[in-house]
Amino acid sequence: MTSVFEYAPAPESRSIVDIAPSYGLFVDGEFTAGQGTPLTTVNPATEEVLSEIAVGTDADVDRAVRAARKAFTRVWGPMRPADRGKYLFRIARLLQERAREFAVLETLDNGKPITESRDVDVPLAAAHFFYHAGWADKLDHVGLGAAPRPHGVAGQVIPWNFPLMMLAWKVAPALAAGNTVVLKPAETTPLTALLFAEICQHADLPPGVVNIVTGAGDTGRAVVEHPDVDKVAFTGSTEVGKQIARAVAGTQKVLTLELGGKAANIVFDDAPVDQAVEGIVRGIFFNQGHVCCAGSRLLVQESVHDEVIASLQRRMGTLRVGDPLDKNTDIGAINSREQLARIRELVGIGEAEGAHLWQPAGELPERGNWFKPTVFTDVSPAHRIARDEVFGPVLSVLTFRTPDEAVAKANNSTYGLSAGIWSEKGSRILSIANQLRAGVVWANTFNQFDPTSPFGGYKQSGHGREGGRLGLRAYLKES
Amino acid sequence: MTHVLDPTAAGRPVTTGAPDAFADVTRSDSAFRAFLHGLPGVDQVGAEARAAQLGTRSIKTTAKAWAIDTAISMVDLTTLEGADTPGKVRSLAAKARRPDPTDAGCPAVAAVCVYGDLAGVARDALAGTGIHTAAVATAFPSGRASRAVKLADVRDAVEAGADEIDMVIDRGAFLAGRYLDVFEEVVAVKEACGPAHLKVILETGELRTYDAVRRASWLAMLAGGDFIKTSTGKVSPAATLPVCLVMLEAVRDFRDATGVQIGVKPAGGIKTTKDAVKHLVMINEVVGADWLSPDWFRFGASSLLNDLLLQRQKLRTGHYSGPDHVSVD
Repeated sequence: MTSVFEYAPAPESRSIVDIAPSYGLFVDGEFTAGQGTPLTTVNPATEEVLSEIAVGTDADVDRAVRAARKAFTRVWGPMRPADRGKYLFRIARLLQERAREFAVLETLDNGKPITESRDVDVPLAAAHFFYHAGWADKLDHVGLGAAPRPHGVAGQVIPWNFPLMMLAWKVAPALAAGNTVVLKPAETTPLTALLFAEICQHADLPPGVVNIVTGAGDTGRAVVEHPDVDKVAFTGSTEVGKQIARAVAGTQKVLTLELGGKAANIVFDDAPVDQAVEGIVRGIFFNQGHVCCAGSRLLVQESVHDEVIASLQRRMGTLRVGDPLDKNTDIGAINSREQLARIRELVGIGEAEGAHLWQPAGELPERGNWFKPTVFTDVSPAHRIARDEVFGPVLSVLTFRTPDEAVAKANNSTYGLSAGIWSEKGSRILSIANQLRAGVVWANTFNQFDPTSPFGGYKQSGHGREGGRLGLRAYLKES
Repeated sequence: MTHVLDPTAAGRPVTTGAPDAFADVTRSDSAFRAFLHGLPGVDQVGAEARAAQLGTRSIKTTAKAWAIDTAISMVDLTTLEGADTPGKVRSLAAKARRPDPTDAGCPAVAAVCVYGDLAGVARDALAGTGIHTAAVATAFPSGRASRAVKLADVRDAVEAGADEIDMVIDRGAFLAGRYLDVFEEVVAVKEACGPAHLKVILETGELRTYDAVRRASWLAMLAGGDFIKTSTGKVSPAATLPVCLVMLEAVRDFRDATGVQIGVKPAGGIKTTKDAVKHLVMINEVVGADWLSPDWFRFGASSLLNDLLLQRQKLRTGHYSGPDHVSVD
């Protein structure tokens, strides 16, 4: 569609962020050198090197865990719960005060559109701290009897798709429950975690309560396998999740895993079509599809298939792909070359298997990692693109004829993280939701998150819940 | 860009009643009810979220300049007060021709909208400008009169020189489920309009639900309305972004189904340039550029024009002036 109404560029200024040429590890309240060979982190939209990042070795991780243990034993554990809450409130307010800085930094490091980091990631991160701050002195009511106790030191490993938000999901409940933390951010997106370390300093959080050890897989393994870690929480791929489950097996460690997904977004023939199309778009193209709970399998009732797909394609034609810092961008850059290669590989397999590929017209920027919003129709449940998690802006469309068939196809997955149902009929929504084996089921909406709502999966999507009272309980034990 | 509402712009034949493809849906009350209730529902939360999301577009510099001029050219400059006089209407007409007396490059508005008895004054004052004379009719704003009175009201206004008629639907009948009555009245008004264009006011603030807005939009389009319009401006809430979204989706779907393009006019409550720009963004992304013209989109407004002019001066000069730099209405 050629438009007479061309939006002029509206870039958010990056001058608000001050990225250091290099960063150390945040251990015991201070930035210290790491002993590993440093990594660089790049802006995936331009391939510009943003900074050099220290890599934590086994010895560095050991130092961080010792600091966390000391802080747990001497300061954070014995602290009055209400005072722990005060620190969390302070962190939440500092996140809000520096929201624009966090949003720009997240967009630079991750490639996601500034509107998303500004309107979703950062506000939700602050909301998680506010929510859990309120819980800190009310743990008697969490459902584990009077005076539940923290586990001790939590080792946490988080992914690159929502770097700050995943940090908040992990750190806020851990601290509210009285644990201390050793957190490893993803190797491609460490910058907001390091800015968060500054926030901890500004909040006068006692040294060692939060430790941030950057690095790649080996650093993460060292955190998970450290013998003095009591609780392990991981969000990331199912493959790594299985390795962690093996490593933790036979130890006293408590484990929660939040892994991959291949969510079914089910559109019935009585759905509010325009809003369903918005939900499909939000479900799969939000955050370039780098969302574990993305609605990557569209199950649409055959009788409305053509209408829904035509409407979806028209809507996809209005999605604006490009400079993530532009306030009018809908789809930003793919986070890394490795991820882009994986998306291309699976899309190639989809075409080879005979599914029909459609992408809107338009050019992609020359530099950086980009992939057009993509929809595959004529997808069979046997196709790889109907079974494997693409983790990119790629939607696979399948059809069904009856509610039973919709449920059978939706549950026919090794994953079970989330699902969506679109129908104007309330009784049908409730009945289908009860039959879906997915941790989160959205009705007439998709990808809505709130700190009060537990999030987690069935089957290979992991176990344990994050958020709400259930999520908080994962960081506590009965006294 | 033409600012003339051209009756043949879309090659639309002058017909009354439903387009052929839908001729059978108005054959009986129950058939029409089944059809209107069979339209896809509107999820309130989703529609409002989508409207809010479109409202976050950042329209700056060249895009803003284009949007302001386009919005000015879409204004139906309106006065609908009991105290209206010929003098007031003439003064409004002068403003319509030359909204910013300091800048000849400022576009004229699309139409002047008045009560029917002043349509002749407006027509004379606008003669030769290409600016249209719109008159409200059909016992505006309540619509509570007999059909004979409403039709006489329409004929009066057309004879006085109105080339656009803004009618109100019978909301009482609509909410009572007497859809065919409402439909037939719109058909009759369209006939009474003769060559004048018909804008059908749904008064969405009284319909309350988006489902009802979608049904009323289809009813008005099937009955031969050239435009569907949100509100009289006398009921709160008047035009809102989500209501406009639902109506834009309706005209889009109607054109897909029939090939006939219908215009949309939000009216009442749009007071700022920011609001106007949000509407233009919504047109652009929901129905596309085909509707980005005064032939297909209008703002029913009075105070909006002055804010557009102030923002226009700001873009031109780089600084804000003030209310004394635009004319009082």
